[in-house]
Amino acid sequence: MKIFLSNQGNLRNFKSFIESVNLSHPNRLEISTHDKWVTVHPANLVIAAALAIRVGKKNTEITGQVPETGRYLDRMGLYDLTKTSSPFVYHQKEEAGRFVPIKIIKTSDDQSRFITDVIPLLYLSEKNATVIKYVIGELVRNVIEHSFAKNGAVVVAQYYKKTNRVSIGICDTGIGIWKSMNNYWHPKTDLDAIKLALTPGITGTTQKEGGTADNAGAGLFFIKSIAKITRNYFVIYSGSAEYTLLKYKKRIKGMPRLYADPERDSHNETNATPSFHGTLVAVDISLDETPEFNDLLSSIGDVYDKAIRDRKRKKYKRPKFI
Amino acid sequence: MKKIIKLKQLTGDFAENKDIAKKIRIEKIIPALKKGHDVIFDFTGVTGATQSFIHALISDPIRKLRSDALDHLIYKNANENIQEIISIVYRYMQESLDNDTFS
Repeated sequence: MKIFLSNQGNLRNFKSFIESVNLSHPNRLEISTHDKWVTVHPANLVIAAALAIRVGKKNTEITGQVPETGRYLDRMGLYDLTKTSSPFVYHQKEEAGRFVPIKIIKTSDDQSRFITDVIPLLYLSEKNATVIKYVIGELVRNVIEHSFAKNGAVVVAQYYKKTNRVSIGICDTGIGIWKSMNNYWHPKTDLDAIKLALTPGITGTTQKEGGTADNAGAGLFFIKSIAKITRNYFVIYSGSAEYTLLKYKKRIKGMPRLYADPERDSHNETNATPSFHGTLVAVDISLDETPEFNDLLSSIGDVYDKAIRDRKRKKYKRPKFI
Repeated sequence: MKKIIKLKQLTGDFAENKDIAKKIRIEKIIPALKKGHDVIFDFTGVTGATQSFIHALISDPIRKLRSDALDHLIYKNANENIQEIISIVYRYMQESLDNDTFS
């Protein structure tokens, strides 16, 4: 397998990033970078890390000329997952206030510890920390519960001071979304499976409205909606499919309208990427654009209710007119 | 009779661990509701909760016991965000069940 980390690592370019990934020869991983400048988003890092963990340190290397900016890969812990020694020598600065390097979460207790001990290191206000805890809490829980990934969830977060934005990437090498949805929904393609997973009220654990005692099918819809309301990108990649929620334009005033059907959101999609055995979810959250969290939740909740109501109505028997 | 559940002691300041929610539901909530007791969730010190945590906590009692659950579950010191999440779960659970059974 080969991963190339370019000088344009962001969610807008995520599709071209994965199209450049080579997933053949699944027992070895070679990571290379742009030779002059490397910029990575947590999404790029978590997939590189998840694959490195899957193939093992002795089968993973960082090759070619890595530019000075590649020291970020070292700071984030990527070199530690490879057999390549870091060429960078520097004084390690305080991590706090800037990023959460590659972390592996395997159990719900790990998750609780991560939320309690690690998120505060981003030094966000309580309001903003709540949003980030919420997003990470829901996404990591999905991995623990649905992915059957023996290596757990790989998580990275980065705070960008200039744009006052937090970017999060979470990746696992588990069963993927299609398999997770297939028991009850039988999606034809990986892309259909992703769209089902994004639809409010649809969970891989039942066909019943309202879900089961433990699952409502709301998590991914909530996170996608948070990204949309804060006018940012949201990416989900599993199997051969990738869905990118595009940024809601700033010039359009008012709170972005939410839709239950992910088809209706402005997005890019493909069902022809290299087939990835696992799931990656990444999101950017602009803290300047984040409304009061309860208002945000209220808007999301309204769309969620309506989706259930509409689906229920579709099952009503209709009068027979002759 | 009242059963008071102090969540901070069980969940920490951010309630996201669904395993804990499930344990509270099975060991405390359902037995108390079946005895006709009020269940009071005290959110003092809890700054946030995920929808999936709240769903795992209360959706099953609502589905199984319906009005007996809705009438006897009480939430104390929940902040606005948590109140909103609880309200969302109430709305979609009642929406997803047959309305006649709530009368």
